[in-house]
Amino acid sequence: MVEQSSAGTALAVRDLTKVFDARGTRVTALDAVSLTVPRGEIHGIVGRSGAGKSTLIRCLTGLESPTSGEVVVAGEDITALRGAELRAARRRFGVVYQHANLLDSRTAADNIALPLEVAGWDKADRDARVTELLDLVGLTDRAGNHPGQLSGGQQQRVGIARALAARPEILLCDEPTSALDAATTGSILALLRELRDRLGITVVIITHEPSVVREICDAVTLLGDGAVVEQGRLSEVIADPTTRLHRELIPLVEPATDGLVRLQVALGHPDSTVGSIDGIIALLRHEGIEADVAAATVETIAGRRVGRLLVELADATTTDRARDLLEQARLHPEVAA
Amino acid sequence: MRFDGDPTWLDNPVITQGLPTALWETLAMTAGSALITAVLGVVVGVLLHNSSPGGVNPQPALHRVLGAVVNVGRSLPFLILMIAIIPITRFIAGTTVGWRAMIVPLTVGAVPFFARLVETSLREVSSGKVEAATMMGATRWDVTRKVLLPEALPGIVAGLTTTVIALIGYSAMAGAVGGGGLGATAMSYGYNRFQTDVMIAAVVLLVVVVQLVQVVGDRVARAVDHR
Ligand SMILES: Nc1ncnc2c1ncn2[C@@H]1O[C@H](COP(=O)(O)OP(=O)(O)OP(=O)(O)O)[C@@H](O)[C@H]1O
Ligand SMILES: [Mg+2]
Repeated sequence: MVEQSSAGTALAVRDLTKVFDARGTRVTALDAVSLTVPRGEIHGIVGRSGAGKSTLIRCLTGLESPTSGEVVVAGEDITALRGAELRAARRRFGVVYQHANLLDSRTAADNIALPLEVAGWDKADRDARVTELLDLVGLTDRAGNHPGQLSGGQQQRVGIARALAARPEILLCDEPTSALDAATTGSILALLRELRDRLGITVVIITHEPSVVREICDAVTLLGDGAVVEQGRLSEVIADPTTRLHRELIPLVEPATDGLVRLQVALGHPDSTVGSIDGIIALLRHEGIEADVAAATVETIAGRRVGRLLVELADATTTDRARDLLEQARLHPEVAA
Repeated sequence: MRFDGDPTWLDNPVITQGLPTALWETLAMTAGSALITAVLGVVVGVLLHNSSPGGVNPQPALHRVLGAVVNVGRSLPFLILMIAIIPITRFIAGTTVGWRAMIVPLTVGAVPFFARLVETSLREVSSGKVEAATMMGATRWDVTRKVLLPEALPGIVAGLTTTVIALIGYSAMAGAVGGGGLGATAMSYGYNRFQTDVMIAAVVLLVVVVQLVQVVGDRVARAVDHR
């Protein structure tokens, strides 16, 4: 759990449950989901398709009313609100979509102004705020362009500026980079991180891309079949080789099977006595076990060097001994197929 | 009846004096009914769309009733509709002849047609855009005015062009039954009195008007389309 004193909590979700009842077939899209996001943190929500990620976002903003549970923003449970109160509560959120959902009938500047018009700002204030936001997302020179004249990355920047326009406390991003290429994804993630650093805004980001979590999240929740499977600070879950997030966030390209015995080990766990690839190979060779590295992924995530490694044994009869050695070093070995 | 010595083409007073007046009447009755249809059609189209199950304000009962009324309006052939609503025309226009009176049946015939086209254009606006505005705290009125109508505008303009062209056709029919305009002239001189030159001239004028409307409509649709 991500715990923090309630004064610093931007968003608290408690036992949120959503059951869809469509003509007799009941689908539990959210099953007692709880999460707490401290102010100024970037919280990632990951999970397979159908895990309930979009339903969670829709319940957070009252677009879907949850079957039970609470969504507390700034000390107020917004699931109970209706009408004008609900509309006011929604302005605490800015939402960024996968396909920016900009209006083709409006220029970039006018798209950014839309939430301000809806919130009743007068023209002079709107213009000043739009100028400021265009500068913030680096699109001052494209103010008069319509979405069709902008690249996907530029459209997403307009989408982010629009989400920020009415000064929300929380930015909800539903797959914000899934439609973008790698380089553009990088620049959008950098922008989100910069916004958090400069504005202190809280970000909840839904994604199926491990790289997004690795690059910008402080904490992460893994959803599976509507329920929280794993949850915690990124630096902690990533270092724990027993978690599913560890495996998903540090993917290992495994070579095709060819009869050789391979052991998979995890690097970077705080209890491990060996912390490097060289150290692992040396440990085995020291005991007379001939071993080589078949594949490895090593990254520095949340300030910690973590990785996964596939060690190839020259002699299959040394398997058990090698596994015991690696186990003693708390490297969590597993025989790979 | 026509005799060999009768003047034709530009010597024929029906062409030099009658046709310009008829053209003006056709344009006037088309423009008048198109204007009213544009306003009413958008209103009915928005009601149809917003009250639908996936709309911003689902109202199943209203949607069904409105849909049924529109379908009845659309399924009646114009000629029959025009005759059927003669009492209404008399009530509104005070008369049932002349181009002014014809604006009533033309409008009644065109509104259901255009309303459906408006509804279709509104339905094509992606739900993501509506959702984005809703998440901003927009009211249903905000969504309609700032998202649905502007985003659907190119389709609505194209629909209005089609409607105006249909109205020109209806107006010719209306003219044949006493409404004036090019239809009346073509009928009473071109057909009843065998003045082929009048018939040809009336047809050419109608074709030119339809072409002009289409060209202007396409231009406007393109100008408001920023996709
Ligand atoms: N309106 C609805 N009616 C019935 N079932 C629904 C509805 N919306 C979502 N569901 C179901 O709830 C579950 C979660 O859906 P959701 O869209 O939240 O998944 P997701 O995690 O966002 O998936 P993806 O990664 O594909 O976007 C799915 O089983 C889905 O079929
Ligand atoms: Mg989804």
